[in-house]
Amino acid sequence: MSDVIEYTKKKLPANWNKTGIVLFALGLILVILSFMTDVSRSSFNAVVFLTFLTSIGLGSLFWIATEYLSGAVWSTPFRRVAEFLASLLIILPLAALPSYFNLHDVFHWTHLEVVKGDAYLSAKQPYLNVPFFTIRTIAFFLIWIIFYFYITRNSLKQDTTKDQNLTKKNLRWSAIFIPIFALTITFFSIDWLMSLEPHWFSTIFGVYYFAGTALASMAAITYLVVKLNEKGYFVEGLVSDHYYSFGALLFGFLNFWAYIAFSQFLLIWYANLPEETLWFLQKWEGNWLYFSILLIIIHFVVPYFALLSQPAKMDPKRLKFMSLWILFAHYFDLYWISMPTYSEFAFMPGWIELGFIILTIGVIILVFNWKANKENLVPIGDPKLKRGIKFRL
Amino acid sequence: MSEKILYSYTALFDTPNQIIKAAKKVKEEGYTKYDVNTPYPIHGMDAAMELKPSLLPYVALVVGLTAAISMIIFLWWQNTIDYPLNIGGKPFFALPAYIPVTFEVTVLSASIATVVAMLFFVFKFPNNVHPLHDTDYMKRVSVDKYGISIQAEDPLFEAEKVKSLFNSLGASSITPIYYSDELVNFKPKILEPKFISFLIILFIVVSGATYITLNKLLFLPPYSWMMVQDKVIAQKTSDFFGGGSGMLTPVKGTVARGFLPYKFDKKPELAAKELVNPLMPVKKNIELGKTKFNIYCSPCHGYHAEGKSRLRGQFPIPPSLHSDKVRNWSDGRIYHVITEGQNVMPSYAHQLSRQERWAIVLYIRALQRSLNAKESDLQ
Repeated sequence: MSDVIEYTKKKLPANWNKTGIVLFALGLILVILSFMTDVSRSSFNAVVFLTFLTSIGLGSLFWIATEYLSGAVWSTPFRRVAEFLASLLIILPLAALPSYFNLHDVFHWTHLEVVKGDAYLSAKQPYLNVPFFTIRTIAFFLIWIIFYFYITRNSLKQDTTKDQNLTKKNLRWSAIFIPIFALTITFFSIDWLMSLEPHWFSTIFGVYYFAGTALASMAAITYLVVKLNEKGYFVEGLVSDHYYSFGALLFGFLNFWAYIAFSQFLLIWYANLPEETLWFLQKWEGNWLYFSILLIIIHFVVPYFALLSQPAKMDPKRLKFMSLWILFAHYFDLYWISMPTYSEFAFMPGWIELGFIILTIGVIILVFNWKANKENLVPIGDPKLKRGIKFRL
Repeated sequence: MSEKILYSYTALFDTPNQIIKAAKKVKEEGYTKYDVNTPYPIHGMDAAMELKPSLLPYVALVVGLTAAISMIIFLWWQNTIDYPLNIGGKPFFALPAYIPVTFEVTVLSASIATVVAMLFFVFKFPNNVHPLHDTDYMKRVSVDKYGISIQAEDPLFEAEKVKSLFNSLGASSITPIYYSDELVNFKPKILEPKFISFLIILFIVVSGATYITLNKLLFLPPYSWMMVQDKVIAQKTSDFFGGGSGMLTPVKGTVARGFLPYKFDKKPELAAKELVNPLMPVKKNIELGKTKFNIYCSPCHGYHAEGKSRLRGQFPIPPSLHSDKVRNWSDGRIYHVITEGQNVMPSYAHQLSRQERWAIVLYIRALQRSLNAKESDLQ
């Protein structure tokens, strides 16, 4: 391989930054207004906001680690997109603040007088108490940021030094990261989503959140890569063989999510124990019934058939549309998990929800834009890059 | 064997890059009947040969969807119409429970259908010969070479032109392939008497061996210990008492304890007249009657003897026990029906002891009284 890859750094389209700022400002105003009108409801939305950003950021770091561990070459040309998205991890502590300041509104187990009279909650108290909760959350953020920092720093260094040992170093970091990732994401989901309903427990819940995380972050990566590739940001460009791999991963994780979600439901439905069924019963009453049915359709049925055939997995238009769809489905999923605790019966989303969605989009665009304009969009020093660009099925 | 018929010209190449270039070039020249053989799948070959996507996915889709839908319909029919069973209080049509089964059946039928379609439509089963089989060309491309073969059937085929094309692409060797005798005179061998009889013998041997293994070999001594026991086996000779019989007949004129013969066989009128309830109508006896009534009688007669059967019409519904006829029966008459049965009602003499039968009579009386209370009961 004699030829060197020629890469000249291009700025992202200027309107991206503008869109990001407008959405962020609009979202922020709406969120502040909503905190002024309805603190409790806004805090629940803030939990969805936090867990969604975690999904995208942490999921992207997971895909980066997976690339190093599996020695994949097809994903090398656009690995930077995942790295930029992973930088959402840095702002997670900020994103956690709005709900953290209103823990009392969100988490039933923070009410000590209730815990005292409740056998279940007092048994769980050694784990579910505010100081330990705070320590855990900070520890998770720290661990993720450390891994993010080292892995992306090595990757960036490679751009100038072209040192192949850095790939090996990152391989080691990834190998350590994966088991820690499995544990931290499980406990994070237990802390922030499962303990919303502190009487309820499901041993598969961590996997359920992971399935959504991997799917949503892959969808975010897919959307950005396809969009940037159409504007010619990836040197020689990615082809349908790369697209097919995106489509296949999205399709695979859609099925994985459905499999896990159904496994969780089936066992609880079969055993029919009151302490387990309450979580699903809540979501099968009032307006939540329509949300639950919609979730099955939005998160599984429609994308399943939309991505089933081989040509559909390679079609850039279809991929862009479906990845946005899946991102929305994941937000909807998290919303469906958390909100029934806030309001058990007749409930309709309103402008408060819209504000949080706008803020989420704005934050993701701004963070991505900031990183993408600062650093190379292609890891030009990576030894796998050449093979990645020439990747054919 | 008269004259050899040319099947194709083949060329071997040394590197995957060469074979991709060759495939592209052959395609560009306009050949349609050609194929590439390589030791492993090569990335980018589909594009180089401009292959159309296979039709097999559609077979999988159609068969899979059909299987899924018919499985759901079958489960619905089985669980709500044909044999409704109450399982754990779930509804008869319990969709979540059907999904794993439906999923398995879908995957299984789709994959089997795809394999069968591949065998028959792609591999042309039962044809199992191909001109390229057992040639040196095929041996080389199974190990370390990359080969391409252009068939003589191709409308553009001219031996010299093909050879020069291969040469210009840098082929390391070029060989013609001829049809073998076997292929020219090909007849499917699947219906040959020899093959059929082989299948039949195979079937007999395998099923016989399975039977012998599962039923005989597994119980050879010392593993026969569960079958050799010191006990009387019904309908088998026994040496214990002598005379070969496993049991002795009772001495004449005696009866076993608790097995007094019933004197009023087929004589309901006599039973009604002569039998008297030996139990007192006290709480203990009535509660025993209630328990036994709810177990044995209520499935057909209903919990309150009103004739409200729980058997979903799978057994004729008996009349109410609150009718004037039954109310005017004596205790002995009711006892007789429980003991001997009546119409389609079978005898309960084996399930219920005498005392229990009399207790049920007491409970039935209590139920009857509850609908026809006397003036004195109200005080």
